[in-house]
Amino acid sequence: MKPLAYTRFELLRTFRERRLFIFAFGFPLILYYVIAAPNRNVHNLDGTGISLPLYYMTGLASFGTMMSMMSAGFRIAGERQAGWTRQLRITPLSTRSYLRAKVLTAYAMAAVSLGLLYIAGATLGVSLPAETWLKMTGLIAIGLIPFAALGIALGHLLTVDSTGPATGGIVSLLAIVSGTWFPVHGFLHTIGQYVPSYWLVQAAHISLHGSGWGTMGWLVVFGWTVVLAVVAAVAFVRDTGRA
Amino acid sequence: MLRGLVKSWRGSAGPVHAVRGIDVTIARGETVALLGPNGAGKSTTIDIILGLARPDDGGVEVLGRTPAQAVAAGLVGAMLQTGQLIRNLSVRELVAMAASLYPRPMAVDEVLELVGLTDVAKQRTQKLSGGETQRVRFAVALIGDPELMILDEPTVAMDVEGRRAFWLAMRRLAAEGRTLLFATHYLEEADANSDRAILMAHGNVVADGPTTEIKGRVGTRTIRATLPAVAPAELAALPGVESADRHGDAIALVCSDSDLAIRALLAGHPQVRDIEIAGAGLEDAFLRLTGDSTDEPGIAG
Repeated sequence: MKPLAYTRFELLRTFRERRLFIFAFGFPLILYYVIAAPNRNVHNLDGTGISLPLYYMTGLASFGTMMSMMSAGFRIAGERQAGWTRQLRITPLSTRSYLRAKVLTAYAMAAVSLGLLYIAGATLGVSLPAETWLKMTGLIAIGLIPFAALGIALGHLLTVDSTGPATGGIVSLLAIVSGTWFPVHGFLHTIGQYVPSYWLVQAAHISLHGSGWGTMGWLVVFGWTVVLAVVAAVAFVRDTGRA
Repeated sequence: MLRGLVKSWRGSAGPVHAVRGIDVTIARGETVALLGPNGAGKSTTIDIILGLARPDDGGVEVLGRTPAQAVAAGLVGAMLQTGQLIRNLSVRELVAMAASLYPRPMAVDEVLELVGLTDVAKQRTQKLSGGETQRVRFAVALIGDPELMILDEPTVAMDVEGRRAFWLAMRRLAAEGRTLLFATHYLEEADANSDRAILMAHGNVVADGPTTEIKGRVGTRTIRATLPAVAPAELAALPGVESADRHGDAIALVCSDSDLAIRALLAGHPQVRDIEIAGAGLEDAFLRLTGDSTDEPGIAG
């Protein structure tokens, strides 16, 4: 038994899907250039001292990586429909190895997505100290854990046809509540603090002289990680029927 | 292996009894066919043996372990009834990936050769024909070098040549001492390729034994001949004849004693011609045994 071989083949076949590159990686880049390129010389957004290309780089970084993590759901729903998940269950592949492959593949996608956005940001004049890049990336990586679980849970609970709208809807809603595109105030802000994507945005905002996460941030991310990991595990274990 | 297995689903019109109490023991090294019409409970039984479904009652033991333990130890390989392949891998890569999951896999090239996939080893899985896809699924079931192989209607999408190659490979696997259990509704496949057949209908086992014995149990022969202008009722009254049927000039007499019947037929109707006497095929046996099994669940041997 080679425990990492399954992950290796999983990565191989995920990155061979050309459509994935166009939609998962191309779309956020296009969006970024459409918004930020014409405004590349706006260096003081609404009097905050933050440049527009940097602000939207952080917004799309949280949006793009969140989408990348959730894309595990599409792939899982597709494998379930093909009957592949049942085939895997009658092999000695452990639940742990299976989930590890799904999580690592999702992270690989998020890493590519993030890297491309950083490069795109740099082409529009974004420049940050190395320490900030690292702190931002590290905290984003932690903030993505609940979304890895959410993607896996949706993949095992929904059908192929419903994962698309469900994922798109959830990500869009979370993005707005979390202040991805524009700062939110009042009631929305109060709610926003309790969703994990808010803290993902906060992680990205380290580059905007944000303070990262306080106790509240760590608790919310940790809490959602536990809840969603349990949901994902239960969804996977119960999902043995013929699709 | 299976003891008092019961499985019901909650259906929209009350519970659906997929499996109503099966007791079956399969010895190591046997090749067993699981026969039955759609809805007989074959796939549910297979799901339970593989640990994909839990019985409501009764127990399953696979090679002395629970299904989950047997699967985790890599002792079982299976080809499920439904299933496509995952995309974006070559045939060789997919089989190699499956191999990586088992503690003692067979050599990938050897398996590709055995199932006849060497020529398409570099093709992406999404570009294969239906028959090739089935062969890849067979290779995936086989790659772990399992002691027990379970195949649910394995030859459905295969062409004639594919089927022949498949059964050739299966015989080799059986000769190596593996236990093979396959579900099929191709009766001639069960007849030609198994030591033993288990007939299921309505969630019950209605017959279980060597295929020859099952055919013998039905104990009938059929006389076919050309004989115009004699009423079926008159033919059915002949000694040794159970029932008579007519299609145009052709008659078919189902006989409990065909020796008696043929003498009476020739004596009474000397103009009869084109006579054929055939033993009951497995198909006839099958229909007779499964046809009224809801009324007679006790038929099982």
